Amino acid sequence: MSWETVIGLEVHVQLATKTKIFSGSSTRFGASPNTQACAIDLAMPGTLPVLNKQAVNYAIMFGLAIDAEIEQKSVFERKNYFYPDLPKGYQTTQLEKPIVGPGRVVIPLADGTTKAIRIHHAHLEEDAGKSIHDGDIPIGVSGVDLNRAGTPLIEIVSEPDMRSSDEAVAFAKKLHSIVTSIGICDGEMSQGSMRFDVNVSVRPSGSSALGIRTETKNLNSFKFMEEAIQLEVDRQIDLIEDGGKVTQETRLYNGDTKISKPMRSKEEANDYRYFPCPDLLPVIVSDQTLDELRSSLPELPDARKSRFTQQYLLSDYDAEILASDTSNAEFFESVAEKTKNPKLAANWVMGDLTARLNMENKNISNSPVSSSQLAGLILRISDNTISNKMAKQVFDAIWLGEGNADEIIEARGLKQLSDSGSLEKIVTEVIEANPAMVTDYVNSDESKRKKKMGGFMGQIMKASRGQANPQQVNQILLEKLNELI
Amino acid sequence: MAIKPAEIKKLASLSRLVVDDKTITDVTDRLSSVLALVDQLQSAQTESIDISRPFHIAQRLREDEITESNKIDELQATAPEIYNGFFAVPKMID
Amino acid sequence: MHNFTLAELINGLRSNKFSSVELTQHFLNRIKELNGDYNAIITTTASQALESAISADQRLANGNAPEMCGIPILHKDIFCTNGVRTSCGSKMLDNFIPPYNATVVENFENDGAVMLGKTNMDEFAMGSSNETSFYGPVNNPWALDCVPGGSSGGSAAAISARLAPGATATDTGGSIRQPAALCGISGLKPTYGRVSRWGMIAFASSLDQAGPMARTAEDCAILLNAMASFDEKDSTSVNEPIPNYRSKLDNPINGLKIGIPREYFSEGLHSGTEQAVRNSLVELQNLGAKLIDIKLPSSHLSVPAYYVIAPAEASANLSRFDGVKYGYRCEDPKDLEDLYRRSRSEGFGEEVQRRIMIGTYCLSAGYYDAYYGKAQQVRKLIQQDFSNAFKSVDLIMGPTCPSPAFKFGAKGNDPVAMYLEDIYTIATNLAGLPGMSIPCGQVDGKPVGLQIIGNYFNEERILNVAHQFQQSTDWHNHMPSELA
Repeated sequence: MSWETVIGLEVHVQLATKTKIFSGSSTRFGASPNTQACAIDLAMPGTLPVLNKQAVNYAIMFGLAIDAEIEQKSVFERKNYFYPDLPKGYQTTQLEKPIVGPGRVVIPLADGTTKAIRIHHAHLEEDAGKSIHDGDIPIGVSGVDLNRAGTPLIEIVSEPDMRSSDEAVAFAKKLHSIVTSIGICDGEMSQGSMRFDVNVSVRPSGSSALGIRTETKNLNSFKFMEEAIQLEVDRQIDLIEDGGKVTQETRLYNGDTKISKPMRSKEEANDYRYFPCPDLLPVIVSDQTLDELRSSLPELPDARKSRFTQQYLLSDYDAEILASDTSNAEFFESVAEKTKNPKLAANWVMGDLTARLNMENKNISNSPVSSSQLAGLILRISDNTISNKMAKQVFDAIWLGEGNADEIIEARGLKQLSDSGSLEKIVTEVIEANPAMVTDYVNSDESKRKKKMGGFMGQIMKASRGQANPQQVNQILLEKLNELI
Repeated sequence: MAIKPAEIKKLASLSRLVVDDKTITDVTDRLSSVLALVDQLQSAQTESIDISRPFHIAQRLREDEITESNKIDELQATAPEIYNGFFAVPKMID
Repeated sequence: MHNFTLAELINGLRSNKFSSVELTQHFLNRIKELNGDYNAIITTTASQALESAISADQRLANGNAPEMCGIPILHKDIFCTNGVRTSCGSKMLDNFIPPYNATVVENFENDGAVMLGKTNMDEFAMGSSNETSFYGPVNNPWALDCVPGGSSGGSAAAISARLAPGATATDTGGSIRQPAALCGISGLKPTYGRVSRWGMIAFASSLDQAGPMARTAEDCAILLNAMASFDEKDSTSVNEPIPNYRSKLDNPINGLKIGIPREYFSEGLHSGTEQAVRNSLVELQNLGAKLIDIKLPSSHLSVPAYYVIAPAEASANLSRFDGVKYGYRCEDPKDLEDLYRRSRSEGFGEEVQRRIMIGTYCLSAGYYDAYYGKAQQVRKLIQQDFSNAFKSVDLIMGPTCPSPAFKFGAKGNDPVAMYLEDIYTIATNLAGLPGMSIPCGQVDGKPVGLQIIGNYFNEERILNVAHQFQQSTDWHNHMPSELA
């Protein structure tokens, strides 16, 4: 029996506004419990919501970025249920008329083609607070922190268009790239800025009916999402092949234990009793606002990728990587512009810089090597002041804060030796010091000679403390050796 | 329209109220009488009605500026139970 | 002093007949002496009141003080008062001390008014008799074995018994107008959105509105001047210009067209009440007004629609009372569910629990369209009825209540009997229109109220007619015999 996987995603994106959606409390991450929760956030009696303009604008910008219809008269509803992290006993959200209608997101597939994933809609809602169940709290007690309660979210709901965990991850990454590129979300997964709920079902290949789906909630990394999907697909297939039936349920995946289990609380017993929130009026978006937001929308990742391939002649692959993250893209472009050498810029950004950043768990936005410093280094490679190999040393030194490329090259005397006189002298010395090698070279076939030059090169580089300009040395060595044939 | 005790129990559960077996008949009777009242709505012809509230058309939007500061002591002064700044509740499963 | 109107007290302060401190002390003494008879006041704020009075006298001496400066008032215990317990008539909030003021309270404070205390009310504003309060029922000063009306029974009784010259109250289905009628005083529910709901504990968000209670229309105008404001913290607050509500009181009412809905004079109306109301209408004709028959054909649907919409909104508004952040928490909850169920069942009274369940029912899956959806449509029909009527009349009048004050327990076991008390007042809340009740007669020694309904933001006209009526009649000056 061969199986097809059907996946839909619901993605919660925290909007990077300064304040909450319905109150003027700060949304800054990491504050002590309940120090960023005002009377409105605590649902104290008599408090009322007033809508954050920026949250609305950010939601609209997302809609524009995915080519969706913007609902110009959207409404907020109350979704009623009881949970300690939900202070009002209802969540203010959108149901009948969400602010963003159907749209699409294009994802790259492993084989180099692309696929369009349809977005059903995206709506505005408020985030709940957080609870802790162990650690800083006595046994038998849970602690509720309402700092996060009221943070503006957009919930993006996809159609069940994905057919593998790879596609789901590509979709999630593309969304991440879009929302960070247009500046509506900081994209900090570890801080919960983006959370995924995955709906997974399986069906026999070729079937058009949908299988029973389960929902795994609250995944906050691409890796966990991938693992959870794989696990769930396998579990469902095993279950069905053993003669069982998939139960429609909500599950939780623990990324540390790698175990998924159904939620114990009876979610299906909940009837949310949605009704329009009487404390809020319809959100009217004017044509003017739409036009303004449309014209000021920052460059989207796909557009940027196209531009990179055309403007900088980068490969599709390189362009995809550099264009997907705004900070990376900006860094790269800054270096490319300063050096007029996009190829080297791309290599260094994607290669040495990224590797070092990853190793030390840093972001390009707090890179110890700035874009102008990297540009400065690359300029010295392209003007032959130092070799590519030497450049890596210099890069390390810049990283450690020793200064700019020029300063380091000067201080350590790393300038490539390109003065033909000195170079000739060194080459001659090495040749004279190694008569056996010379004989060997002269007696070898032409085809093997190139390789034998390596031995001389090694000694020459050593004698010049690595600073001899390799291309020049090669030239001089070849000439001199050939004179001896 | 009469409402059954089982439905009352469900409503009580959804709204986190307790209706015990002693009072359930009473509650059922009273709720049924209210529902008989509201059932009168069914006779109304409302298909073509289209009128909106004249002064409540568009939601006002607030500038995205921080206006609240940390008032945890004030706001937690009459809280039932606090632990290290958290609102304390019996341990939640899940 | 307590027999002066608020307007007279304002003059008295300015002509140095007495100071705010003297005035405040007088009412505090009166409350101490008499509140036991009525149970109108839950919390008295004596020392705070005297402190405010001292500051007020200072401000008055400096000149240019606002109208309400130094005037003692009461606030219904539904308005959050900073540092002062705000119970909403419920065990659930018996220990709740808000760290913020309702905008209404703030407005009066800024004007230098003196808060004497917080008045008793039906629990969470749900009731028409002030019998559901956790703090016990309020007795009608006109007949101590009768209800004062509700939910603002405490404010109404307090004014009627002259425990204060003015009070704030709220009206969701008639909770200002009905108790005003039963207690023989004047009470106004402004247009929805005229007065801020910030800090006013929510019952039914799309219907609740705060308004003044006092003995005269002029006094209500003075109070409304202080209460009305555009508040950015309330998304339903309307930014309409605020007139001086006293400025048109003396306008003559010749030619004023008053609509008399036939639906408000049909079966169920007590004959004594009807007579008193019709007599007042004749009086208004004598003053030059024209009476015009009108129809409000969807009137009979207002009580059913209200008893879907109000409980539905309330059921959500009251979900925040969960024993977690503030308010009542049950003892030794064994788990989270136990915490919720017991805190709420022990903290809320029967009527509140009943309405929460009705509201939950009307919003449930499978019932939403038939109940909540339908009720909102019916609401539009009612709005349209008024809209049509106001094309041909300036104001609409009729009785405020179907009968005078009834005895405690008279509406006994049938909640619907109680709900029908609001049969004439509810439609105004559903449409969001302003409405007022003023005393217009007596039956068996108990007051009768005349209801005046105006078009949106037309409080001035309502107050004008009321004032003119009060210039040529003296029902508003009558007081309960034992207080005379």
